Amino acid sequence: MQFFLEVLIGGLLSGVMYSFVALGFVLIYKASGVFNFAQGAMVFFAALTFVGILELGVPFWLALVLAFGAMVILGIATERIVLRPLVNQPPIALFMATIGLTFFIEGLAQAMWGASVRGLDLGIQDEPIEWILQATDIGVSKFDLFAAGVAAVLVTALALFFQYTRIGRALRAVADDHQAALSIGIPLQTIWRIVWAVAGFVALVAGLIWGARNGVSFSLTFTALKALPVLILGGFTSVPGAIVGGLIIGSTEKLAEVYLGGYVGGGTDSWFPYVMALAFLLVRPEGLFGEKHIDRV
Amino acid sequence: MNGRQIGDVILDLQNISLRFGGVKALTNISFDVREHEIRAIIGPNGAGKSSMLNVINGVYHPQEGRIAFHGEERRRMEPHMAAMQGISRTFQNIALFKGMTVLDNIMTGRITKMKANFIEQAFYFGRARREELEHRKKVEEVIDFLEIQHIRKTPVGRLPYGLQKRVELGRALAAEPTMLLLDEPMAGMNVEEKQDMCRFILDVNDQFGTTIVLIEHDMGVIMDISDRVVVLDYGKKIGDGTPDEVRNNEEVIRAYLGVGH
Amino acid sequence: MLYREAGQFKASYGADQQIFPIRQDRIGIMIVLAIAFIAVPMLASEYWLKGILIQFLVFSCAALGLNILTGYAGQLSLGSAAFMAVGAFASYNFMLRIDGMPLLVAFVLGGLAAAFVGILFGLPSLRIKGFYLAVATLAAQFFIVWLLTKVSWFSNDSSSGVITAQEMVIFGYKFVTPESKYLLVLSVVTALALMAKNMVRGSVGRAWMAVRDMDVAAEVIGIRIMHTKLLAFAVSSFYCGVAGALYAYAYLGTVEPEGFNLDLSFKILFMIIIGGVGSISGAFLGPPSSSCCRFSWM
Ligand SMILES: Nc1ncnc2c1ncn2[C@@H]1O[C@H](COP(=O)(O)OP(=O)(O)O)[C@@H](O)[C@H]1O
Ligand SMILES: [Mg+2]
Repeated sequence: MQFFLEVLIGGLLSGVMYSFVALGFVLIYKASGVFNFAQGAMVFFAALTFVGILELGVPFWLALVLAFGAMVILGIATERIVLRPLVNQPPIALFMATIGLTFFIEGLAQAMWGASVRGLDLGIQDEPIEWILQATDIGVSKFDLFAAGVAAVLVTALALFFQYTRIGRALRAVADDHQAALSIGIPLQTIWRIVWAVAGFVALVAGLIWGARNGVSFSLTFTALKALPVLILGGFTSVPGAIVGGLIIGSTEKLAEVYLGGYVGGGTDSWFPYVMALAFLLVRPEGLFGEKHIDRV
Repeated sequence: MNGRQIGDVILDLQNISLRFGGVKALTNISFDVREHEIRAIIGPNGAGKSSMLNVINGVYHPQEGRIAFHGEERRRMEPHMAAMQGISRTFQNIALFKGMTVLDNIMTGRITKMKANFIEQAFYFGRARREELEHRKKVEEVIDFLEIQHIRKTPVGRLPYGLQKRVELGRALAAEPTMLLLDEPMAGMNVEEKQDMCRFILDVNDQFGTTIVLIEHDMGVIMDISDRVVVLDYGKKIGDGTPDEVRNNEEVIRAYLGVGH
Repeated sequence: MLYREAGQFKASYGADQQIFPIRQDRIGIMIVLAIAFIAVPMLASEYWLKGILIQFLVFSCAALGLNILTGYAGQLSLGSAAFMAVGAFASYNFMLRIDGMPLLVAFVLGGLAAAFVGILFGLPSLRIKGFYLAVATLAAQFFIVWLLTKVSWFSNDSSSGVITAQEMVIFGYKFVTPESKYLLVLSVVTALALMAKNMVRGSVGRAWMAVRDMDVAAEVIGIRIMHTKLLAFAVSSFYCGVAGALYAYAYLGTVEPEGFNLDLSFKILFMIIIGGVGSISGAFLGPPSSSCCRFSWM
């Protein structure tokens, strides 16, 4: 039982990270209707850029600011160069463009900083927290808790940003109705730029945390891609969906790896989130929070 | 009216109720349709007319009520089964296959009658080839009937609205239906286009004996071509009878004719 | 298109329903086939045949399959490479485990195995659409490659997981030279392309496009959505499966799961986008241009 709880808690904590990345995705989807497949590549790019800058001897905080600056530039450039020319194209064309972007960003990151795997130390150890271990015999990793804490704070901040700031309200207006938003004078392109910058920020935080945990390598792109099954669970447009979906995916993935992985030779985490989301959709195609919808003709 | 004989009831709807969540689209509606007749459904927007057609051909599944087609009561009905039984339809918002030509759209209308499987088709061999030619001939008859020979190979997306409506009728006719459901076939048309469409509907009814259920807002058209009229308002039936009876029905006047449309 | 059918009057529907109704098309195809079958093997260097043309044909074959699914039936898939892997491994195992299994039959069986798996992973398409489905197809991509890696039976318990494909022999003739391999692949792919063309211009193809363009209307016309979508998944995966087998046997010479990764799925997707979604000949125009793009990015 203790062990089960330990695995479950570890899973939930890592699930918060999925939620976080999924949220960046929801943001872009809501504001511009773009299914941004490049989110995973952006995580990789962010982490690699940060480590690359650190290696030049730049202090931690400055590197953080510079990496964030790079992500903002990347986001704005994406909006300007890739998405704006494709405005009014079918969603599938935009989707394909973001797949192309994925290759480009991955290539760019490696061209700039090299392809070798690097470590990243944020100064927080991946070890059980003493007093919890003493009190309950359950090991909760300090690092996981820290990461989840950061993600939780940011998730809340984003949700509040959406809800209460002027830009946030504009974002939601755009999401509800592009035409209407335009007609009341909200500059769509500004909104998109902001959204891509925020997505870049999300990618940076995710990149740092995952990079610190697993090393900064190409496989980060696959980790970040797991925000996608989270999205199909929670829905592309739902903030609570992204949060709950992330927790579900995070915890079941860990449980499956621990309890099933042994029988099947491990590595289940490469596919489990996808199969899990798929199985869930078969039972409930409208997703976690979606409403049942009957096509109108 | 025409020389055709109106026959027995072929479609009988009893106490149909349909809800979407909290919205009551249809409440306890009963009416019937006789063979070879032109039966109109009228009512203000949102009255539940389109929903009624969707119930008839199985797109929507009513929570309550019974439907008998050709005297046979049916359980849960899927749209493709309705098609198999000879029910065709057009849609209020044109639902053509945008990426296909006029010819292919209408050919698709004959799909229930084509039996060759995909392997035969892959080799374009035997039955597949024969069928393709046979059905092409039928489709050309429809094309001639609707006078759209000149746009055969045009992708439907490029056609003006009025012609798209006509192609959609063609696709429905290609199935040689016994019952044709038309959802506002003349909406948004100019007078000439409306006249053409009326003529086609009457011809179909007259030449092929097709039973027609028609939703239309233009009262002039309704008075001219329909045999009997059902009036819906807020999902309830408020009138049923010949055009003249309906026109003089107090409740109908208040609910529908009173308001401009 | 640079020319139209203006001025070519068909006296019968049969003439109008030919596979290539426009005369210029017919002549063009003949010329292309003549060049591909006769001139290329005589003129092309070994490097071109082995390094480029065979791969090009194999990818075209997979692109044909994906185009049927995505271009015609409108179901976006990101898992083509996984179905190629199924085809490759199934063919290998049929060759390995059944004595005297003819090569071409093994390819077809590989394709059928892929078709079967394709139907399984196509089931969600009955309930979900668009991007949701695209993400769901990633399940196929990751799961299948994982399964083929983990279950060593598939690779005949070889320790490295990399296995050498059997020799290609048909009626005692061994396909070892690049020319012969090229011609074998070309023949298979040409036959499959013609079949695809026939299907998409027949009622199956119309049903696929109808489901793609307006599924409710398609159903009302009498098209069984489930049957139509699953058939698209099956046929598409069959093409991918055969492509996978050809890739392993005629190009790589080995069978291994790693090559059939997400990148390959994307590559094939790009081919159909560049070559033209919803066109059979597009499957052959896409590969060269998309590999150029890919290289120029790197
Ligand atoms: N697929 C659906 N989902 C939810 N509500 C629907 C759907 N179809 C129709 N309705 C509702 O049912 C009512 C009747 O609609 P409809 O049948 O389209 O009316 P009409 O065709 O008479 O204008 C409306 O309130 C409409 O909003
Ligand atoms: Mg209506």
